[in-house]
Amino acid sequence: MSNVPPELEYTDAHEWIRRLPDGIAEVGITDHAQHALGDIVYVELPDLGRTVSAGEACAVVESVKSASDVYAPVSGEVIGRNDALETAPEAINQDPYGAGWMLRVRLAPGGGDAKTLSAAAYLDLLGKESD
Amino acid sequence: MAFIPHTRADVEEMLAVIGVGSLDALFEEIPAPLRAAELTGVPEALTEMQVGRLMRERAACDGTPLCFIGAGAYEHHVPAAVWAITTRGEFYTAYTPYQAEASQGTLQLLYEFQTMLATLTGMEVSNASLYDGASATGEACLMAVRANRKSTSRRILVPTTLHPRYREVGHSIAGQQGLVFEVVPYDPARGTIAVDALDRAAAGGDVTALVVQQPNFFGGFEDVDALTDWAHAHDALLIAVVNPISLGMLRSPGEWGQRGADIVVGEGQPLGVPLSSGGPYFGFMTTRKEFVRHMPGRIVGRTLDSAGQEGYTLTLQAREQHIRRAKATSNICTNQGLLVTAATIYLSLMGAEGLERTAAAAHARTRQLRAALLGIPGVRGAFDGPFFHETVLRLDRPVAPVLAALAAQGILGGYDLARDYPALAPAMLVCATETKTDADIERYAAALERILAPAPPSTANS
Amino acid sequence: MAMREPTIFECGAPGRGASDQWPTPSPDALADIPPQLRRKRRPALPEASELDVVRHYTRLSQRNFCIDTHFYPLGSCTMKYNPKACNQYAMLPEFLGRHPLAPAASSQGLLRCLHELQEILKSVTGMGAVSLVPMAGAQGEFAGVSMIRAYHRSRGDLGRDEIVVPEAAHGTNPATATMCGFRVREIPVNADGDVDLAALRAAVGPRTAGIMLTNPSTLGVFERHIVEIEQIVHGAGGLLYYDGANLNAILGKVRPGDMGFDVIHMNLHKTFSTPHGGGGPGAGAVGVSDRLAPFLPIPIVGEDRGSFRWLDETDLPQSIGRLSTFMGNVGVLLRAYVYVRMLGRDGMRAVADHATLNANYLCARLAALGYDPAYPSRRASHEFLITLKRQSRMYDVSAMDVAKRLLDLGFHAPTTYFPLMVPECLLIEPTETESRATLDAFAAAMARILAEMQNDRDQLKSAPHAMPVRRLDDVRAAKQLDLTWPGAPAGPVSASP
Repeated sequence: MSNVPPELEYTDAHEWIRRLPDGIAEVGITDHAQHALGDIVYVELPDLGRTVSAGEACAVVESVKSASDVYAPVSGEVIGRNDALETAPEAINQDPYGAGWMLRVRLAPGGGDAKTLSAAAYLDLLGKESD
Repeated sequence: MAFIPHTRADVEEMLAVIGVGSLDALFEEIPAPLRAAELTGVPEALTEMQVGRLMRERAACDGTPLCFIGAGAYEHHVPAAVWAITTRGEFYTAYTPYQAEASQGTLQLLYEFQTMLATLTGMEVSNASLYDGASATGEACLMAVRANRKSTSRRILVPTTLHPRYREVGHSIAGQQGLVFEVVPYDPARGTIAVDALDRAAAGGDVTALVVQQPNFFGGFEDVDALTDWAHAHDALLIAVVNPISLGMLRSPGEWGQRGADIVVGEGQPLGVPLSSGGPYFGFMTTRKEFVRHMPGRIVGRTLDSAGQEGYTLTLQAREQHIRRAKATSNICTNQGLLVTAATIYLSLMGAEGLERTAAAAHARTRQLRAALLGIPGVRGAFDGPFFHETVLRLDRPVAPVLAALAAQGILGGYDLARDYPALAPAMLVCATETKTDADIERYAAALERILAPAPPSTANS
Repeated sequence: MAMREPTIFECGAPGRGASDQWPTPSPDALADIPPQLRRKRRPALPEASELDVVRHYTRLSQRNFCIDTHFYPLGSCTMKYNPKACNQYAMLPEFLGRHPLAPAASSQGLLRCLHELQEILKSVTGMGAVSLVPMAGAQGEFAGVSMIRAYHRSRGDLGRDEIVVPEAAHGTNPATATMCGFRVREIPVNADGDVDLAALRAAVGPRTAGIMLTNPSTLGVFERHIVEIEQIVHGAGGLLYYDGANLNAILGKVRPGDMGFDVIHMNLHKTFSTPHGGGGPGAGAVGVSDRLAPFLPIPIVGEDRGSFRWLDETDLPQSIGRLSTFMGNVGVLLRAYVYVRMLGRDGMRAVADHATLNANYLCARLAALGYDPAYPSRRASHEFLITLKRQSRMYDVSAMDVAKRLLDLGFHAPTTYFPLMVPECLLIEPTETESRATLDAFAAAMARILAEMQNDRDQLKSAPHAMPVRRLDDVRAAKQLDLTWPGAPAGPVSASP
């Protein structure tokens, strides 16, 4: 069963959002997503300073047999990226909500308003998808 | 018929298993009005004996003229072992090595090929080949746009000393994605890139890449060190287009300038592939390791199997069309596997010394040819400076009729530059390789001398 | 199991090179080349004797499956027998020795073959004109979509920036549309495997440049609503592109031109049986309806009272241009020419008949064993799709396991995991050149695998066992890139910019 920490927010495209202080959001992909992708071999992250808007493809996660876009769940400026994934992409498989974080975004005014799911709602969604 | 092994009984029993009464019934889902009538444009079948006769007659029509044309395709000696092995069914009739465990032969060969091309060009990584030299150049331009994150202009500087067909194909392939090709003229005295023209072209904004062919289309040598450093000083990538035989003796693109070329492409045909009327050939592409994910085409990697033994497999496939679909680096599926098989065997037989000797022998024949032809009244050289195995000669009259007269004597005398370089005309590009003999060159020179000789005073009606 | 075959770099020894093959230039042959241009360090190429080289590559060849040794039911790839005559007559010395820039006057034999091939392909496909230039199916697609773009532009119809592609399409279709500067609009396929017409109607409009369609589709069924699709797309001002990957299924039965397609590419290495060469060369000739003929890629062979010449930009000023240095993969075209001459008019139809017979027979045999056809209510075309979704849930096995086990049992695996929309699928294309006995042997192997799912799962899941290597670690290959033999030093002399 997928691990879905209750304190995070989610999207229906299987990203998670952690609200940090000072209007910053940390973003990654969920345990369910990493499991579906399989062993991740490469991660392409956006440049620091790039402005992303919610729903825009901003990163790519590659496994051996697939390449998936990661969509920005919030709008704002990319102020942090997890460069450790460049040499150790397996961190996403091993610890998707911790060492596998992907980017940090300084929210634009209203940039965090995009519709996100609570942990309970995301669990519901996973339940429906597996039917 | 049609290499179909079924007996009549097979067909009937198979239809019974399917549960239909006739072959026609298998096509019941095709709307009846669409069913094709007889294919009147297709002739009746020939037997193998008949088609063999036909093909031999057609081939005989074309004969075996003595060839002094290069211009991107070169007649080199091909050791018999190359095609004896390449045409083994195990290489010839295998598919793309998707099932790695059943394709270790092809995969290991491609890994060896990648290694050879990397060392030959002085780069870190190679793909498993592209279609041909021209299309590889177009793909290199697209790759440069992806790889050069410092440039947003999509402007590629393309000198006129690059093969004219490469320029046209590059435009056909890359032009639809908004790439802008800016032409850089050549210095008319030397037949090489006019460096001051580069500065003028760069003044218009940032440059994504500069393409440099070495030796260039005229056979001359560009100042590759200065051009490479110029590109890097302008935050542009340097795309090198090279003849692989020449790299037996020329400094590799990885050693150009302060930092070396960024992407190296070229036509692989000289490496063991016959002229074959233009194809199939193969294009090669090598680059820096940091750009490997931007590189199009198949790539083979060495890995381990579940028992810890070494093996080979296609890798980095997530760049490719069958996975990334609309976001793939290119729509390319195939490499030119069979031609790469030939080239890998060729390079194994030649080694570094054989390749250098081939380059030297081909060049020596072209020097000999040039000297012989320059001795004929009405023939002169077009450019100053050194060249490799190909050179431009100017005539005192239009080239086309001269070449036609030579062809009538079974000699292909060169490539007429009138259409691609009208300012140079009347001029032609000539080439000799190690396959030519003293007698061949004497025959050409004698024929040309007769053709160019002043006509005897005419007594015909005026 | 088989021993490791060393790389060629380990086979030789310094000074042992195949010197019989090397020319002997005079010592001063390169005297006029400026020293600063000369190589300082030789490339790290092998130094192996001719026999070393012959043995090494012969042994490598023995580590391959190929059509000459194995049944190769790769769906969508049409791995039929490659008749030896095609190779022999395409490799006559005059054709091999001919320089691509030789004048037309000394190329009439070749040009005549190519012109006849153009005419035969026009007749087989029902198209108005053909260009043989594209060097592979993907390049044929590129040419085709480029022509669609050029056509709309020539009419000043500049707003058409979308290409519609069904979700089951080959990955090349969307990749090609992107390369040609179009936006891709994917539409779904319904439960019976036909294009969802309502979705198509909703997708087309003034932005539609065209649709790319394979028929029979990649699901191994004939698209029954092709007439409606043609009306919807043409009605919206778009053009229809035919991906010829599955042309083998309909040779002489129904022609893309008669179905209303405007552009088509053919994979001569599939339908017309030129060898795949371990991944190329192919040839992707394109055919067009008359209104697109001015845009064909050059050069094309033209005929004037029995004499042949190349048509180029002066003849076709609106052409999308050149796609290869010279004239595409001529050697492949000659093989296809010999093949179509040996097939003849009636042979074309026999190919489609027996390719379809073999697919439906094998599908019926596998269904009877307990495998699930993905579209059981449909007639298979020249290929069919099996889904292992049920077996995967019941026995925790995957299509990949079945594919690898088939290798052990002496069969090349079918296409796996394509189309992506059908879970755990095998796309199986037997082709017309396989005998009933071969199909029965393949069915027996599939029966054995089904039994192993229940009784000997480890054997299945750890396959292959009888290949030169066991299952390879693709993750390691992608993460720890090893793309060149480390014994051969390579790399630019200094760091990157």
